[in-house]
Amino acid sequence: MDLTPLQEAVASARTVVAVGARTQWRIGEPVAPDAAVVRAPAGVVRHEPADMTVTVGAGTPFGDLDRVLAAAGQECPLDPADPRATVGGVLAAGLSGLRRLRLGPLRDLVLEVRVVLGDGRVVKGGGPTVKNVTGYDLPRLYVGSLGTLGVLAQVTLRCRPRPTVSRWCRAPEPPPAGTRPSAVLWDGERVQVCFEGVRADVDAQCRGLPEIDGPVLPAGAHRGRISVPPGAVRPLAASLAALRGLRWCAQLGVGTVHVATDDVPALVAAREAAHAHGGWLLCEQGAPGLPAFGRPLPNAALMRRVKDAFDPDGKFAPGRLPLAGAPAAGARA
Amino acid sequence: MLGTANATAEPLELALYARDAGVAEGHAVAVCWPATGAQLAAAVRVARAHGRPFVVRGSGTGLAGGATPLGDPVVIVTTRLDRILEVDARSRVAWVEPGVLNLDLSRAVRHLGLHYAPDPSSQQACTIGGNVGTNAGGPHCLAYGVTSAHVLAVEVVLPDGEVALLGGLAPDEPGYDLRGCFVGSEGTMGAATRIAVRLTPDPPEVATMLCAFASVEDAAATVSETIASGVLPAALEMMDAPITRAVEDFVGAGYPRDAQAVLLVEVDGLPAGVAEQAAQVEAIARAHGATAVRTAADEAERALLWKGRKSAFGAIARIAPDYYLHDAVVPRTRLVEVLGEIARIAAAHRLLVMNVFHAGDGNLHPLIVFDGREPGTWQRVRAAGTAILEACLDAGGVLTGEHGVGVEKRDLMPRLFGPDDLDAQARLRDAFDPDGAANPMKVLPRGSRCGELQRVPEGTWI
Repeated sequence: MDLTPLQEAVASARTVVAVGARTQWRIGEPVAPDAAVVRAPAGVVRHEPADMTVTVGAGTPFGDLDRVLAAAGQECPLDPADPRATVGGVLAAGLSGLRRLRLGPLRDLVLEVRVVLGDGRVVKGGGPTVKNVTGYDLPRLYVGSLGTLGVLAQVTLRCRPRPTVSRWCRAPEPPPAGTRPSAVLWDGERVQVCFEGVRADVDAQCRGLPEIDGPVLPAGAHRGRISVPPGAVRPLAASLAALRGLRWCAQLGVGTVHVATDDVPALVAAREAAHAHGGWLLCEQGAPGLPAFGRPLPNAALMRRVKDAFDPDGKFAPGRLPLAGAPAAGARA
Repeated sequence: MLGTANATAEPLELALYARDAGVAEGHAVAVCWPATGAQLAAAVRVARAHGRPFVVRGSGTGLAGGATPLGDPVVIVTTRLDRILEVDARSRVAWVEPGVLNLDLSRAVRHLGLHYAPDPSSQQACTIGGNVGTNAGGPHCLAYGVTSAHVLAVEVVLPDGEVALLGGLAPDEPGYDLRGCFVGSEGTMGAATRIAVRLTPDPPEVATMLCAFASVEDAAATVSETIASGVLPAALEMMDAPITRAVEDFVGAGYPRDAQAVLLVEVDGLPAGVAEQAAQVEAIARAHGATAVRTAADEAERALLWKGRKSAFGAIARIAPDYYLHDAVVPRTRLVEVLGEIARIAAAHRLLVMNVFHAGDGNLHPLIVFDGREPGTWQRVRAAGTAILEACLDAGGVLTGEHGVGVEKRDLMPRLFGPDDLDAQARLRDAFDPDGAANPMKVLPRGSRCGELQRVPEGTWI
């Protein structure tokens, strides 16, 4: 995959922001408006079905990748809410999908990254094999880095067999021990659960439960994602239930709670509840003017040093991640 | 703060900590055994105050020299930090101190129907802290992932003596994944004092199968086709004829002595899925000429089959006094040709090589057995080892899948990474440890930092 145009675009700009499909553009603080927009190349470079790995340009829409993998009976559970989201965008935002309960977080799917740094150099981290501890773990560092450490240009991902059957059901209560749900969503009244695998196992787990088309998440002009220790979900839910105009749905066993409202103050109150239960509320949509994270980031000084190590000129996504002591955007450019 | 009973500079004791289970040897100026996280942090600060680097080690089972003390450091041993601090069965999380033994954690949560998934062969002896250092693997990491997938948070003493909590129990901590950086950093980013690990529910159903083959090629082809067919086994291990016989003589696990290769395959999950996958594996094995396929009838037989696999390294002692165990990963589609190449390399160096490895994820463990007392043997062992690693890299592989780089593979890093890649890794390390005080001279070869070689050394007459 030819990365030269991207390298040149990055090297020649004073500040840069990598853009995918802008489906998660609200994640993080706004980027300085004068940052030059760059895009990673799109396309599947190599799919090795027998190795269950796939290498793609970071600008590849998830839907395109999913089609290629489906043809070989495989999948890569990046699971963005919107299939137009690019692979690089999903990884940079770092937010895992609804099946995290069984399939794990996004960060465990990335085997190798190729990243364009500020001077246009391409750096490789990780390796193409499914198991690898050679050197420092750059792939995990880039997941969730919000484009602030360089531009993800090309990535190699771990694939898995696509389940023969994948079914969502509505249930009165969370599934009993001994079942293996991929997702359990709970909104205080009802449960939506996803079972996957071979038909006989899925049928047995779904017995007596009404099937639904797919999960319904709370809707509203202003949306956020709460992250609390999984054990704190139920006490948090009690606080959220008391908030007028707030709709919420928790991923049980994970600790992610999706919240939505048409009133910004309700989102602010939900954030306070999240903080009270040892967690965070990340703005995902709307909520103009509301800070993205709501609290100072943990270990900000160490994160600052990591940022400076990869982006000494403050070139990438200036403003996105509020780290103390940030040099002015493009200060040394 | 530690007291004289918990620290020493006696030469005889220091000598015990001059190496780990690998071959590289170093020298410590002092050794200490903190019993609390605060004492560990104090030990780091004391070392730094005296201008010394520090090396943290657990049980010393590492094979890559990761715990070998280089640069005259203070060695901090975590074996007294062996408490399981908290088990939350509902959230499936345990907080442990770094010196807790891997298997002890699984034993402690067994009654809850849970276990700690990473299961290195040394799991009776190795510590969770050491596992975090190397990002350790094990047979069951094929389906469940290596250590990094099971570590939620680490409280660390950074090399400047500050204590920080990296990661957390909430699923999406904002900012950079510093936890992910720390896991697998081989002690070069600081010292863990507390670790939150994910506990995995025991599978409702397990099928463990032993498949015997008349050739290594047939076994390897079975591995490749199993993965390609969409079966994701919990574990998929391979042993060649010499190791199979050695193990059988040693523990009597019921392995067929006449087989040229055996596969130990485990599938787990819900009943129908397990039955279907087991049938698929058996069909694939038979299509590739398996001479026998046997499924463990009960838990006792399953345990015996696994005991054979996990006793492999103990069994070697019956064949030759020394062995050198390697660790590399190749794409699973290249297993057949790489195993052939390893056999050719061993023959060319007049050495016996045995293979017992995590075939399902392409993680090779060629084991060279020899008698180090024979003059010149070590040179041949080293040369063959390097040639084997080169062959793995040529096949699109990587240097290490679970043992780490340590000092053993440090100088081979440029074979896998270019100067810019190494520079980026060095910058990441420096962000954690600007003075290079944590486990110096490990992982990255000298000259990894761009311009490092050109820099004029301090005191040079110019």
